[in-house]
Amino acid sequence: MELITIKNASKTYKTGVTAIHDLSINFKKGEFVFIIGATGCGKSTLIKMLYREERPTSGQIFIGGIDVAKITNRKVYKIRRKLGVVFQDFKLLPKSTVYENVAFALEIFGVPSDEIYAKVVKVLELVGLKNKAKQYPHQLSGGEQQRVAIARAIVNGPKILICDEPTGNLDEKTSMGIMNVLEAINKLGTTVIVVTHDTEIVDKMKKRVVVLDEGRILKEYAEGEYRHEAI
Amino acid sequence: MRLFRILSRNIRDSFKSVFRNFSLSIASISCITITLIVVAIAIILSANVNEFTRRVEKDVTIVVFLDEDVSEERFKAIEGEIRQIDNVGPKDSDVVAKDKMEIRKELMDSSDTYASVLDKYDTRDTNFIKDAYHVKVVDITKMEKTVSALKKIDGVNTVKYGEGMIERLVTIFDVVRKATYVVVIALILVTAFLISNTIKITIFSRKREIDIMRLVGASNMNIKIPFIFEGLFLGIMGSIIPIIIVTYGYSSLYNYFDGELFGNFVTLVKPNPFIFSISGFLIIIGMIVGMVGSWRAVRKHLKI
Ligand SMILES: Nc1ncnc2c1ncn2[C@@H]1O[C@H](COP(=O)(O)OP(=O)(O)OP(=O)(O)O)[C@@H](O)[C@H]1O
Ligand SMILES: [Mg+2]
Repeated sequence: MELITIKNASKTYKTGVTAIHDLSINFKKGEFVFIIGATGCGKSTLIKMLYREERPTSGQIFIGGIDVAKITNRKVYKIRRKLGVVFQDFKLLPKSTVYENVAFALEIFGVPSDEIYAKVVKVLELVGLKNKAKQYPHQLSGGEQQRVAIARAIVNGPKILICDEPTGNLDEKTSMGIMNVLEAINKLGTTVIVVTHDTEIVDKMKKRVVVLDEGRILKEYAEGEYRHEAI
Repeated sequence: MRLFRILSRNIRDSFKSVFRNFSLSIASISCITITLIVVAIAIILSANVNEFTRRVEKDVTIVVFLDEDVSEERFKAIEGEIRQIDNVGPKDSDVVAKDKMEIRKELMDSSDTYASVLDKYDTRDTNFIKDAYHVKVVDITKMEKTVSALKKIDGVNTVKYGEGMIERLVTIFDVVRKATYVVVIALILVTAFLISNTIKITIFSRKREIDIMRLVGASNMNIKIPFIFEGLFLGIMGSIIPIIIVTYGYSSLYNYFDGELFGNFVTLVKPNPFIFSISGFLIIIGMIVGMVGSWRAVRKHLKI
């Protein structure tokens, strides 16, 4: 079943730069996909269009049957509630504890406190941070901060988890740890889309891989086909 | 229930963030405080001018003298014509007839000299004193028009009133009062603008927070409401000092002057309940200015 369908999407920024050229691709429910490619090839732009940070200049993007491109700024929150997003720089609230950072994503929906507690504890356990709930972001290592961000992204049970270079600031060992967390989340049924530069990790993970080049799909590898040397 | 939870969390978080961003909060609070103090002074001034004008208006009387030879019937009839005039007070006591015989008697009672002089003029025909009416008006600033209308009545001889002094004073006070309204409104607008700029700086420093909120699926309302509550708290805090100043300041001023200025020419408005209504007004203005300022500021930061 296709969860995400991108049909002939193009994106030209106001500056005149065309970051995505007439790109079409589908992602299935429960898939784990890597998007790789050289700097500036349009990886971030592509996934920004998925969580409606940017709109395609032309073409359509369907997520679960909804054309995301048509959603107005005012309604963006509706699609955001269905996706989790994780970034290279974690984007945590520095003055809030780990628990508060994760709970924050539920509080704004008016979820009852006991339910929030149960859910937050569960995801912190999943990302392996159960005993750091009371710490502040600056008291954690980079890998741990990224786990908090992942916990926040999945706490309200989104169908899709989008990660833009989640391991960009982390060493190899820590990066593998993060990948293992993402894989565990994927095993629970969430579709995971990861943008990365780290082809060694991609090599190890043996997942579906999409290679972009100058806004177009250069190559696609089915699960297990990708080899590090390929690019 | 869900809404209630969202709201109470918003209130809790906005309260926290007033203190977490304390140095910026102080800027907004002082801005509100200064304006509210000026607003309070303007209100006190205008209320006292109002009170003074009201009292003067109550006291000012126009005396309408009729011709010497006016008949008794005509004298009676003129009352109706006076009451027809626009600005003349509606109450019975606003137009009082003074019969020439009555005036004569009052004068004779008041002194022996009058008594001996007026003694022989004991009929309407011989009594040279003029019949008169005492007239009170509704709006003292329109007195001149009323006077000229009175002069046009058939049988009216002369019309005497406060020689223009009082009216001029009242007119000036009226201008003062209107000016204070303008000043108050202008101040409120300026503060709302200043507050929104101050809060804009606060919010700019919290752009990250807003971005994260948007990222995890906060609607514009979700984002705005905490900031609006924050503005509300800032407004309330900003009104504390002005309220203290008004409450203690005005009461001690009143006590110091014993409630009267320039002898008993000007009577001050009693502090109770005056200071309470001003305090209420100040806190409401503070809240509105804070909320509007915040709301304006976040709006600029949201993509709508
Ligand atoms: N907001 C923007 N306004 C104008 N041009 C932009 C904007 N964002 C990206 N671009 C341009 O679009 C192209 C693709 O950028 P994008 O960020 O999608 O690349 P990327 O593949 O994510 O690169 P990296 O690997 O360095 O993160 C680049 O040429 C970039 O300069
Ligand atoms: Mg990028």
